[in-house]
Amino acid sequence: MELFVAKNVYKTFSTTKALTDVSISVKEHSIFGLLGPNGAGKTTLIRIINQITAPDEGEVLLNGRRMRQADVAHIGYLPEERGLYKKMKVGEQAIYLARLKGMSRHDAVASLKIWFEKFEMKDWWNKKVEELSKGMQQKVQFVTTVVHNPKLLIFDEPFSGFDPINSNILKREILELRQNGATIIFSTHNMGSVEELCDHIALINKSVKIVDGPTNEIRQRYKSNIFEITYKGDFEKVAGLLSHDFKVVSHTEQETANTLQVQYLNGGANNGLIQAILPAAEIISFREIIPGMNDVFIKAVQESNNI
Amino acid sequence: MNKTLLILSQEYLKRVKKKSFIILTILVPLLFVGIIALVIFLSAQGDNEERTIGVFDESTIFLGELDQEGFTKYHFIPQEEYDRLRSNLKESEFYALLYIPSDIYSSNQAQLISEKQLPFEVIEQISGKLSRYLETEKRQKILDETGIPDLDERLRASRTSIKINTLKVSDKGQAKESSSAVAFITSYAMGFIIYFFVFMYGAMVMRSVMEEKKNRIVEVIISSVKPFQLMTGKIVGTALVGLTQVAIWIIIGIVSMLAIGAFMSPEESQQMSQSLMDSRQMSPMGQEVDNSQVAEVLALIGNLNLPLILFSFVFYFLGGYLMYSSLLGAVGAAVDNDEDSQQMVFPITFPLILSIMLLFPIARNPEGPVAFWASIIPFTSPVAMLARVPYGVPLWELLLSMFLLLLAMFGAIWVAAKIYKTGLLMYGKKVNLIELIKWLRYKS
Repeated sequence: MELFVAKNVYKTFSTTKALTDVSISVKEHSIFGLLGPNGAGKTTLIRIINQITAPDEGEVLLNGRRMRQADVAHIGYLPEERGLYKKMKVGEQAIYLARLKGMSRHDAVASLKIWFEKFEMKDWWNKKVEELSKGMQQKVQFVTTVVHNPKLLIFDEPFSGFDPINSNILKREILELRQNGATIIFSTHNMGSVEELCDHIALINKSVKIVDGPTNEIRQRYKSNIFEITYKGDFEKVAGLLSHDFKVVSHTEQETANTLQVQYLNGGANNGLIQAILPAAEIISFREIIPGMNDVFIKAVQESNNI
Repeated sequence: MNKTLLILSQEYLKRVKKKSFIILTILVPLLFVGIIALVIFLSAQGDNEERTIGVFDESTIFLGELDQEGFTKYHFIPQEEYDRLRSNLKESEFYALLYIPSDIYSSNQAQLISEKQLPFEVIEQISGKLSRYLETEKRQKILDETGIPDLDERLRASRTSIKINTLKVSDKGQAKESSSAVAFITSYAMGFIIYFFVFMYGAMVMRSVMEEKKNRIVEVIISSVKPFQLMTGKIVGTALVGLTQVAIWIIIGIVSMLAIGAFMSPEESQQMSQSLMDSRQMSPMGQEVDNSQVAEVLALIGNLNLPLILFSFVFYFLGGYLMYSSLLGAVGAAVDNDEDSQQMVFPITFPLILSIMLLFPIARNPEGPVAFWASIIPFTSPVAMLARVPYGVPLWELLLSMFLLLLAMFGAIWVAAKIYKTGLLMYGKKVNLIELIKWLRYKS
């Protein structure tokens, strides 16, 4: 069941196209990766979801209904550029932001207590934001994003500014939030975290959506029939056995075993490759190389730029 | 709770709790009261510096006749000494040198030589002394010549001084005593206070918007509320801070006036106010000061249309403030840094600054064309009309001015809301007026 759907969304700023006919649909309880180079239009789409701007054309639906201003109460948004009122006390500020999302003061305090406990930041309650370190401020900001228990969470570059330890805590939190029923839209340039977290991705380039689908499927789609073989034997002999259908991408020789990466140019059964080299090699392992999101990203963007 | 109200109360409490607000709110009236008390105290003390004035009397009329008056003593000196001291006044024991020429009887002129600029008071005192003495001399001469015994009394009885009591006739035909001086001071003060408030609180809104944009918190906020709600809450919240301040000042003013009245015996207060009047009304002939003058001034203030003035103050403060602060708020949203804001602020606040420059001519001639136009045009009317109100303004002019101010205010809010919305999330772009006009055409 889709929690959020954007249908054929267009948005233009004076002469710049920010979004052209973009449609995405985000399943409930999933983590959706919104990817794209800088300036592709991701932030515009995120702002449309947040009701900060309205699309020129197209519509956005939450739970199958056209989104209304009141829906922002069910959204938690962590923008890429973050900030808090510097002179305001942490607790007071968190309560204020929660109330702006529609919580009552009482509920806000109760929920904040739990989160502050969880993140070990109870001592900060009466401190001014400017007294906290950058990392601490990020934590406060994260808590203010989730405090009202939103159904839909939008994280724009959530890991920027976090050290590896806090990044891990954050990742764990994001997964836990999904576990507890939240749906997450997640925009980042950190492709490693996309592989780890995202169930589904959409890639936007120059205002147009160019790739959309479940993360694993997309990686499969972008594989280029490269196989990695670890074997014992002489490389020259093995290479001599390969027909024109194959191309050696790389090879390394070590004392215990050699590794060879071969691309199957015409496609076809993997068995052909194994059969071809069997006479000269004792095969230890054989696997197909699945591209990482990083490769997918670069390949997809380059392809779309070349058209 | 309504989100606009939430923002409003947040903005209000944030400012009211600030130390600077508390200090300003408490300190300004205390300072004001302090200054008034000081002035009263000093003028009651009078001038107690001992001065000795060296007199070279060429005419010989005054020789030995100038007695000590207050703290000013007169010491007659011969010509040689006068000539010597003239070029070397600093070393002498004299405060100043008075030269009375031989023809003073006909020329009515004397010279006072001093190192520094002499206080007006001293000059008045000396001139009064000389005049009185010479006048008596002349009168005595006339009396001797004519030989009419009671001429002196008769002449005194013929001396006339006509005091003009100004009365203003209202529509109902009631004549009330009015005073131009009281109206002038009230008018000037009102205009200035409005200017001060609109400027100060408008700038406060602008800084607050800029801070939110600079901090980047604004994106989080407008993902929870509409920009217009944010702007409204901020502007209205800040306006309430201003009104709170005025209310506190009025209360402190009334309380301290009552307190001063309670701590002072009637004679004392009369004495003080009399000496205040004395210092103001230095007449060479030592005119008597009317003891009831203070009460009269108070009555005159009471005769001003206070409810109308108060109502106009609140109306024009709110109208002018809403107009200017929404425009300034829009500037705060449009720019990225302080320098850019300075460039944009000036064209917007120029009419306000102009109106404060026009304040004096308006207060002096509240019926003139400058006063009329300045109080009708919405950008200057908050200051200009408030300066006119204490004098009384034709109803249609007041209504027209108010109506135009409301129109301009709503126009300004509409323009500001558009710019605000576009500007808030616009970073790294140098904004100018042409760019802003372009933003007005953006659809939301």
